[in-house]
Amino acid sequence: MTNRLSWFVILWLVVVFAFLYAPIVSVVVYSFNDSKLVTVWGGFTLDRWYIALANDRQIIDAAVLSLEIAAISSTLATILGTVAGYVLVRFPKFMGRTAFSGMVNAPLVMPEVITGLSMLLLFISMEQLIGWPQGRGLTTVVIAHVTFTLSYIAVVMRSRFLTLDLSLEEAAQDLGARPLKVFFVITLPIVLPAIVSGWLLGFTISLDDLVITSFTNGPGTTTLPQVVFSKVRLGLDPKINALATIIIAIVSIGVIFATIHMRRQEKQRQRDEQMAIRAIAKA
Amino acid sequence: MAATESARSVSRLPASSWIHNLLQSLGIRGRTLVIAIPFLWLLLYFFLPFLIVLKVSVAFITIAQPPYTHYNEAGHLVFNIGDSYGRLVSDALYIKAYLNSMVVAAISTIICLVIGYPFAYGMARCSHSVRNILLMLVILPFWTSFLIRVYAWIGLLKNNGLINDVLIWIGLIDSPIGMMNTNFAVYLGIVYSYLPFMILPLYANLEKMDMSLIEAATDLGCKPLKAFFVITVPLSFPGIVAGSMLVFIPAVGEYVIPELLGGPSSLMIGRVLWSEFFSNRDWPTASAVAIAILLALVVPLMIYQKYQDKELEKES
Repeated sequence: MTNRLSWFVILWLVVVFAFLYAPIVSVVVYSFNDSKLVTVWGGFTLDRWYIALANDRQIIDAAVLSLEIAAISSTLATILGTVAGYVLVRFPKFMGRTAFSGMVNAPLVMPEVITGLSMLLLFISMEQLIGWPQGRGLTTVVIAHVTFTLSYIAVVMRSRFLTLDLSLEEAAQDLGARPLKVFFVITLPIVLPAIVSGWLLGFTISLDDLVITSFTNGPGTTTLPQVVFSKVRLGLDPKINALATIIIAIVSIGVIFATIHMRRQEKQRQRDEQMAIRAIAKA
Repeated sequence: MAATESARSVSRLPASSWIHNLLQSLGIRGRTLVIAIPFLWLLLYFFLPFLIVLKVSVAFITIAQPPYTHYNEAGHLVFNIGDSYGRLVSDALYIKAYLNSMVVAAISTIICLVIGYPFAYGMARCSHSVRNILLMLVILPFWTSFLIRVYAWIGLLKNNGLINDVLIWIGLIDSPIGMMNTNFAVYLGIVYSYLPFMILPLYANLEKMDMSLIEAATDLGCKPLKAFFVITVPLSFPGIVAGSMLVFIPAVGEYVIPELLGGPSSLMIGRVLWSEFFSNRDWPTASAVAIAILLALVVPLMIYQKYQDKELEKES
């Protein structure tokens, strides 16, 4: 019975992974298709669509802009998200905590059309009242991206702070360091890997956003997802396949590299712990 | 006493010291400031906008920039509920789209659960090193562009797409099945895009489960399948709720998937909001639609929030 169950489970794992990866693989394969019709195989070409992509000014300009927006928003969101995650873990009681935790969690699931519309209406009301932000563009898109990516980063940081060993911070405090110094000298370096992965997560989410950007954007700052979306609406385009392949390649290499690195660190930590235990046992 | 005092002042960073002095002279405690920074940001940019949506939803349409006004033709300030909300209740199109979105989101959530549960269960039962690799493989598509993953399905589902080509080639069908621009494609797109959101909380829950409970049950003569439904499933209930909310809530307002994969008949409320706003430039109605969606999502959002708080409490 147990064997039969595990057979089913293994088969299920394989089938679902096939489901998750088949579309991604097909996009990559067809980026090497020497035919203008994306789904009709016309022989192999290594670089036809990549050269076409590199010569598409519209896509390149939009990509540069999107990378810029993603870098700025993710940096700001990482600062705010780290503080928010810290507050959620370290300050269990303060006035408005429930509201705060609700506002941190809600953007994660809030339908994007609602977030996008509400932020645009805010920007317009603010412009009418205080004259800032003037019009829609880089500033408004960045503020919108910071607001919804900071939630993702806060969740990452919250789980990191939850598992953090307090003894080092306590030791520093006992030795007379002020809370602010303890945070910057002790806490921050320890949680740095989580901050880096939080930043990367924020970066990719910002880079990928279409709906909130469309609401909060103005003319002249068209982002990469907006260009891709308008092209996809007109039909399949092999250049999009080439672009997708580049994105998938970068992400895969990054994630695989990060996983290997984390596993190595984990092993190192286990080794250190064992050595410490042995040292204690000897003494 | 003097010695410790001087040691303290030495240990201070110069930067933190003047910030500290400034705050002290203003009478603000550091803790308050730390809380205030993200709190005020979220209040201003996340909470306040909803109040403005509520405000605009009772405005009149006008030809101006921005295209709404709170004054009627006589110049009086009025709450205009009739135009926006009145339209929502009287026009069958809105009600149909609204209900259809709920149905599509609910069915997609159930499909995600049915696919995701055995999958997360299988992952959690693998050895530690295999588990990490599988986890990475689940997260990987999540990091690649959502828009591109939806785009990929167009290439597979089209009449001359990969799936039809393969089915014709193996002789299962003679002419292509129309899968693009159907409700089927919308379900497929939503399930595909949101499946990782279902799997991850389920996995996190099942991974922590105490296996000795199941061993005890089987030792006492309980059949494995029964043990699964009597012990594993009820214990994983928080994971089921979290995963379901992570799929259901955003799926209700989904715009990109029905727009790219669905046809004109795949009416979803997120699409209605979009076209009211961008095509008709009817901002009050778009705002009223947003409020209507939020009303339906209040309870799911509260369930989700309660789960998040419980997890935090449990772990700390």
